Amino acid sequence: MSFPWARHYEPKAPLMRYLDEKLPLPRFVYNAVGAGYPVPRNLSYFWNFGVLAGFCLMLQIVTGVILAMHYSANALVAFNSVEHIMRDVNWGWMLRYAHANGASFFFAVIYIHIFRGLFYGSYKPPREMIWLLGVVIFLLMMATAFMGYVLPWGQMSFWGAKVITGLFGAIPLVGEPLQIWLLGGYAPDNAALNRFYSLHFLLPFVIAGCVILHIWALHIPGSSNPTGVEVKDESDTVPFHPYYTAKDGFGLGVFLLIYCAVVFFLPNTLGHPDNYIPANPLSTPAHIVPEWYFWPFYAILRAFTADFLLPAKLWGVLAMFSAILCWFFLPWLDRSPVRSGHHRPMFKWFFVALVVDMLVLFYCGGAPAEEPYVMISQLATAYYFLHFLVILPIVSLIERPTPLPYSITEAVLGEQVESGLEKGEYAQPAV
Amino acid sequence: MVSTSGTAEIDATSATDDFGRDYRRRDFINIAAVSAAGVGGVAVLVPLISQMAPSKDVLAESTTELDVGAIQPGQAIKAVFRKQPVFIRNLTPQEIAAADAVPAASLRDPQTLEERTKEGRTNWLITMGVCTHLGCVPLGAGEGENRGEFGGYFCPCHGSSYDTAGRIRKGPAPTNLVVPDYEFTSDTTVLIG
Repeated sequence: MSFPWARHYEPKAPLMRYLDEKLPLPRFVYNAVGAGYPVPRNLSYFWNFGVLAGFCLMLQIVTGVILAMHYSANALVAFNSVEHIMRDVNWGWMLRYAHANGASFFFAVIYIHIFRGLFYGSYKPPREMIWLLGVVIFLLMMATAFMGYVLPWGQMSFWGAKVITGLFGAIPLVGEPLQIWLLGGYAPDNAALNRFYSLHFLLPFVIAGCVILHIWALHIPGSSNPTGVEVKDESDTVPFHPYYTAKDGFGLGVFLLIYCAVVFFLPNTLGHPDNYIPANPLSTPAHIVPEWYFWPFYAILRAFTADFLLPAKLWGVLAMFSAILCWFFLPWLDRSPVRSGHHRPMFKWFFVALVVDMLVLFYCGGAPAEEPYVMISQLATAYYFLHFLVILPIVSLIERPTPLPYSITEAVLGEQVESGLEKGEYAQPAV
Repeated sequence: MVSTSGTAEIDATSATDDFGRDYRRRDFINIAAVSAAGVGGVAVLVPLISQMAPSKDVLAESTTELDVGAIQPGQAIKAVFRKQPVFIRNLTPQEIAAADAVPAASLRDPQTLEERTKEGRTNWLITMGVCTHLGCVPLGAGEGENRGEFGGYFCPCHGSSYDTAGRIRKGPAPTNLVVPDYEFTSDTTVLIG
């Protein structure tokens, strides 16, 4: 599944030769993230974010398993058990802040990872399956993050649980029974808290399983690269180790510096003060918003204010889910054979417009549900769907891409490099 | 086909040591970076491990204050210290005499009753109610319980017998019942821990 020039694992020490016969784990590592995995030589730091996301997942699992040792999922004591973690458990404050902010950093990393994919056409053949698995992982992350936010059982936890399960109440006919079934009651209480805790513990391992499939699928065609031109020969690649272990390691160091700065100096900046008030089923906080990473989708949810054929509530829910579900169709919506946005003069600007649109939605999602934010959300929501459903298919038909470099090597070193193929000949994607 | 490209020149910052080996600046950076990551990784283990040690609220339960004024000679009570039973026994003169009659040197864990009690209060035997074998609660503190063949405490789990000074006399337990740190803050009040 790798390129023919990939280095072969040759254990020298007798113990390693023995292990290779019985359980070839070192061989597996060597071929996956070692010198046996050739990677395009021109990857930018945007290609660092997959490794960072994997790191975030491990960070969340480790800190989460530890928090689970001290947390009690019972509506009577859940809030106090979180304060117990903060005040009594050795290093508990640090582990909780590391976990809560870890979620934010996980999403920040994932958003950069997703938009890297959107700009560089990482969702295009032969990498559609990687993209589809990635969207699944993103959906699982959203579910996990939401349920995790309920666990401290503060005001935002409680009302978040109520509002988000209320989304399912919008479904015609089965909506209300479905919401009651999800909560195990008429409002969030012990039953809901316990099942959210159970699922919050389970889903990260489901995510880890999907990540393994995601990486497996990635290692068949290998990584894309900033030119979007496929690897043609050995000069286009370098071994993953030491080149990308070092580059990813440096990126990880930078990431950790920013992460630690927030964990240690701004740990509550991304949270809501209301969540330090114990859950009160009789009083909703004045300004209820989800965590920042849900804001763009929350804005889409709130953009539908009038009934049109269907109730407004249902439109909002459909639109919010469709906003992510349409990513599943992206490989077939964007028909351009050119992957990289660098070589797509029209797409490039529409991509910038999409980023701006997402930022506008992000801002409106965090703002109160009042004018002008509602109207802006409506326009931005319309543009969001316009981009994926209309603009991308049309642009990919009418756009004239700029000439691609012959190869990755040529893109890096210029045209003087000797090559076995004729200039202008387009090689087939590596099989 | 180009097999390799780019050039790897020995950079000008390399040096040669006394044994003729080349060192480059990159070698230093490499070792420094991996070492820093290693030290950081080990440092992270500190919170990950110490979070399992007793938390502040558990440590805050580490003293127990008791009024022992109502305990008559020959009686014992069970109290709780660090979530474990502690036995407070008011020894009778016969029990004190029985304990003193045994030469300490002949015991598995040689200790006299005087060493296990406070000066002037040798009738107050305060021990943990935790068998030193595997942690069961010995019988003998309650009214009518089996006190074993040495008249102190008897552990029903694996048959350890303790004498009237709470010393191990027979059975698998390796040491005497543990005497916790305590002091009499008045004639009738004991502060354990």
